[in-house]
This record gives sequence, structure tokens and C-alpha cells, in this order.
Amino acid sequence: MKSKFQPDENGYFGQYGGAFIPELLHPNVKELADNYIQIIESEAFQTEYKALLKDYVGRPTPLYLAKRLSQKYGAHIYLKREDLNHTGAHKVNNTIGQILIAKKLGKTKIIAETGAGQHGVATATVCALMGLECTVFMGEKDIVRQAPNVARMKMLGAKVVPATSGSKTLKDATNEAIRYWIQNPATFYLIGSVVGPHPHPDMVARLQAVISEEMKWQLKEKTGKENPDTIIACVGGGSNAAGAFYHYMEDQTVELIAVEAAGLGVYSGESAATSQLGEVGIIHGSKTILMQDAYGQIQEPYSISAGLDYPGVGPLHAHLFETKRAKFMSATDNEALAAAYELTKIEGIIPALETAHALAVLPKIKFKKDQVVVINLSGRGDKDLEIFIKNLEA
Amino acid sequence: MKKLNTLLAQKENLLSIYFTCGYPELADTTAVISALEKNGVDFIEVGLPYSDPLADGPTIQDSSQKALENGINLDIVFSQLMSIKQSNQTPLVLMGYLNQMLKYGEEKFCQQVVDCGIETLIIPDLPMVEFENHYQALFDKYGLTNVFLITPNTSEERIRKIDSYTKAFIYVVASSSITGAKGEISKEQIDYFIRIKAMQLKSKCIIGFGISDKPTFTTACAHAHGAIIGSAFIKHLGSHGVENIAAFIAPIKA
Repeated sequence: MKSKFQPDENGYFGQYGGAFIPELLHPNVKELADNYIQIIESEAFQTEYKALLKDYVGRPTPLYLAKRLSQKYGAHIYLKREDLNHTGAHKVNNTIGQILIAKKLGKTKIIAETGAGQHGVATATVCALMGLECTVFMGEKDIVRQAPNVARMKMLGAKVVPATSGSKTLKDATNEAIRYWIQNPATFYLIGSVVGPHPHPDMVARLQAVISEEMKWQLKEKTGKENPDTIIACVGGGSNAAGAFYHYMEDQTVELIAVEAAGLGVYSGESAATSQLGEVGIIHGSKTILMQDAYGQIQEPYSISAGLDYPGVGPLHAHLFETKRAKFMSATDNEALAAAYELTKIEGIIPALETAHALAVLPKIKFKKDQVVVINLSGRGDKDLEIFIKNLEA
Repeated sequence: MKKLNTLLAQKENLLSIYFTCGYPELADTTAVISALEKNGVDFIEVGLPYSDPLADGPTIQDSSQKALENGINLDIVFSQLMSIKQSNQTPLVLMGYLNQMLKYGEEKFCQQVVDCGIETLIIPDLPMVEFENHYQALFDKYGLTNVFLITPNTSEERIRKIDSYTKAFIYVVASSSITGAKGEISKEQIDYFIRIKAMQLKSKCIIGFGISDKPTFTTACAHAHGAIIGSAFIKHLGSHGVENIAAFIAPIKA
């Protein structure tokens, strides 16, 4: 049976998706589109992928009942601890999978874009693991605000190329990665989120789906039921949310909440709340919801979090938003910071700034008694210490 | 304005120049077109500045950025093109990205293009499958023609299909690269041009990407119906201004 949330043959989730690529990329993208499902579903891939996720990444990640957080907000709040993955975030689920696909396709040179640097580090890591050449494109502005991750990538042997065009953040890093890919079609573009031309959004969602796959049996063990009432995840491009939602999308009884970065306020002019501010458009080869002006020029988003600072959202999420399957909320810089400090103080976990946006909606939701909530704790906050220190309450 | 197809049928060794609207100054669009016409350029590729031009190299990106900073937008471009509709005789081809058309309104966009006397579009991020499923009927309705690009990696089957859809010309991308002057044409590129020519396509082929001067233009013309120069012209325009366009074109035409 064809699911409502799987792409059609041209890569469309409802009206969103597709592959709007220059002809130069056609052979590359077609090769991947023709092969990715077969590769992912093959026994050889699954065996190697699962083994690496277990022994190298440290999966399954724990599903932790955050007692003090639960007490404070009057619900049973579980944290899916993606922050405990090797390299500190969910990103590595995808890079492990894609590097195996790249190898299967005989690719030896890997390129990637990165915002907060988490995907760049995860890509540099798997390239080191497999002995493949790695180039990571990163916005000049992000290179400054995420310095520890830049150092990590370099130590891992990756070349970090600053993106100096446009807003000098994730959008521009992605542009530069795609331009390089056009010039060097033999390279494998290891994309970091559920964005880009088909089949990238679907491929990345399938590789992140391990998050919700584990949630099912972990919840069953802990609560007796596979389904939570609510899943909350932050959304920039949307890969951690896609992974956390994946196996629950068809089941309408599970509430899905996607949290976008509102920066200084959704309507402040300094925001990255794409679903609220965007309209249908094309970015990075995909038709989706996009922040743009009256003439289709892509606007520069803003968020304190480099990983959410993106003017679009993956086409699957645009579809989840339009069909109202997922509820979209937002959190400002200050709300995210407050949520990060709170989790640190009452649970002893320093979350990534991106993840803090998901936590920041807790005070805005009225929970029912015994409501089971899973928050995808997508990454750890080590990389954000400088920002946390700067903003510490006196 | 002359018909592009008449030109393609009657003349060989066509020289086409790409320029970015609203660059170097907002009002320069019409002056650049007039100067190119005066200097004997056969047809002109009119670039619509875009914030995220994925298929363009640094030179055209920078010119687009500057034009956007100058305040250019689609309404201004259309009014500039309308103002020279009567005087300009050189065929114009409009090049922009799909999102610009999408946001402006596809029907409204097509109508404006036609009103400006233009009948040919180059949209580098419009792939063939989307053209077939969503745009072919729309363009037909307005009498607009889409130019497809082919590259060294485009399969023969796909080239044949593109040939069947082509009503103006096929844009032969000279190398696997984004736009930007390269300096010379390699043996591999010439082999690729020869391979395309040997396919005896019904459509005329125009070579672009990496064509920058007299020698590269001449080589391209030996293997195709003409060639397009983009980045090299934008560079010249940026440093020497609209008043010195003749200095760039004359040596190529010589």
C-alpha cells in the first residue's frame, strides 16, 4: 500500500519535492534515485549499517524518562537521547548510511554542507572511518560561531571550505556544495538533512528512521505501548524530526510537533520560522515552503542556532504542515536559551541550541494527565558552550 | 524584434552575449542591449538576477548580487524591456530560475515575457520531467519556447528526446562546470562537440560555458551553429562599463 507520506516516482510528497536540478546533475541524481532503495533494503547494507550503528555510533540510544522535567510540566516526558551518539547528534545515523551507499556506488570523494557543524563533523568522521576524501562547505558566519566543530572536522582530515556568498550560513554552504557537485559530478554529495532534490529527502528520512524504530520498542518496554501521545522535535531542514516522526506518521493518534526557530520573534524580521513566513518555492532542487520576497528572491533567515538557520524546510515537512499532520510551533532565541539552562539544571543534560528549541515549547503546551511525550534530544550542547556562557544569567 | 528562428535558419557562426539585468547600474539594462545590438551581436541572453543562482559561477553570481542591491526586480526588468520593444531588433532570450517564475505567477510571467516580444526562455533548474508534466502546455499556450541544456554526460537517448522538444536551439554546455571563463577548449570538449554534431540533430546547437574570446568562439563555431559568451563579458562590463562594450565585441567579430 502506498503511504501518504512516501514520495511518488518523481519524488513528490503531495505537492512538495521533485528534483529541480540543472541538466549537469541529472546522471548523478538519477543514478542515486534508481539505486538507493534497493541498496538500503539489501541485506548486505542492513547488516553493515546496523553493526556500525551499534558498535561505532553506540545505538540504540537510550529513551530516558526525565522525572524532574515531567514533574514540572505535568506529563511523562521521555528524552530520546540522540545526543549520546558518537559525534554528539543524530546526524551520524545519516552519514553512516550514506557513506555505505557512496561506497556501493563506487564513489571515492565526498562533499557535504554544514550549518552548526554537526553534519560536517559526522561526515568527516565517516570519511575518516572509510578512508575517503572529504570536503565540507560551511558558511563563513557559521565557521566563526561554531569554531569547535571546525577544529574537529580539520582534525578528522576534512577540508573546510568557507561559503562567502549571500548570508554566509547554511543556505549558502548548500549552494556552494551543489555548485561544486555540478563542477565535479563524480563526487558524492552527502547531504545532511531531508532537503535537496529527490531522492535525497527520502533517503535521509529512511536513514534517520532508526530513531522512531527504536522509540517503538523502547516505549513498549517502558509504558506497555509502542505509541506515545506526542512527539516533539526541532526543525531546520528537518532530519531529526523526520527520523523521530517516521514510523508514526501514518498513525493519526500520535501527535507530531515540529518546532521552528523564531529568532528574535516570528514576525521580527529576524527569524527562521519557515512554515509561518514561507510560501511555495524552490530551494536546493526541491519544491517546498520557502522564505522569499515578492519576486521569489530567497530571504536570509536568522536564528541563534546555526543548525536551524535555514529559509526552507524539507518537502516531507512542508507536506506534514500543509496536511496538518504535524503541528508547527516555534521558539525564540531567548526561549531556547532558557530551556537549555533549565534542562541542564534539573536533568544534568546540556542540549544543543537546536534541540533546546524543541524543549522550549513545553511551557506553551497544556498537557493532559498521564500524557506520554517523547522529545527528540537531537544533539548535545558542547559546541554551543561559548554562546551559553555569554548568555548566562548573572 | 526579429524572430530568433529566422536568424537561426539564415545565419551561421552566431554570437550571443549573456548579460545580467540591472548591472552594473539599475538603468543599464537597455543601454547594454542597445550597445550589443549596435556592435553586431546576433542574439542576447537577458539574465534575471537571482539570489541563489545555482548554475552560475562567481562572476555572474556577483553581478546578480550587485543588480539586486541596485534594486532590480522582475517588474522593473519587464518595464525596461518594454521600453525598447520597438527600437530593438536583436532577438532576446530570457534566462532566469524557476522560482522567479513560480513566485511571480506562472501565467502572469509568461504573459509579460510575450508582451516584451520575447519567445524563448532558458531556465537551468527546470528539468525535462517537470517540463513535460507541468510546463509544456503552459509554454505552448503563450507561444513560448524552452531551451534545454545538454552536457558531456547527457545520454544519447536523452539528447534525442531534447531534440524532439526543441523549437529554438539546444544549449550545448561545453564542460561539466558552472559558468565561468576557462581560457581554452580541450581535446575532450572538441570530441564531445564532434559527437553531438555526428548525431545530426534537427535542432541547431549553440555552445556555451567557457567561451570567452575570439579563439574559443571560433573553435565553438567550427563545431556548432554559434556560441554564447557570459562571464567574460560580465567581467569586462564590470571593469570597463557600458560605454566600452565595443572593445569587447569587436575583436570577437573581427
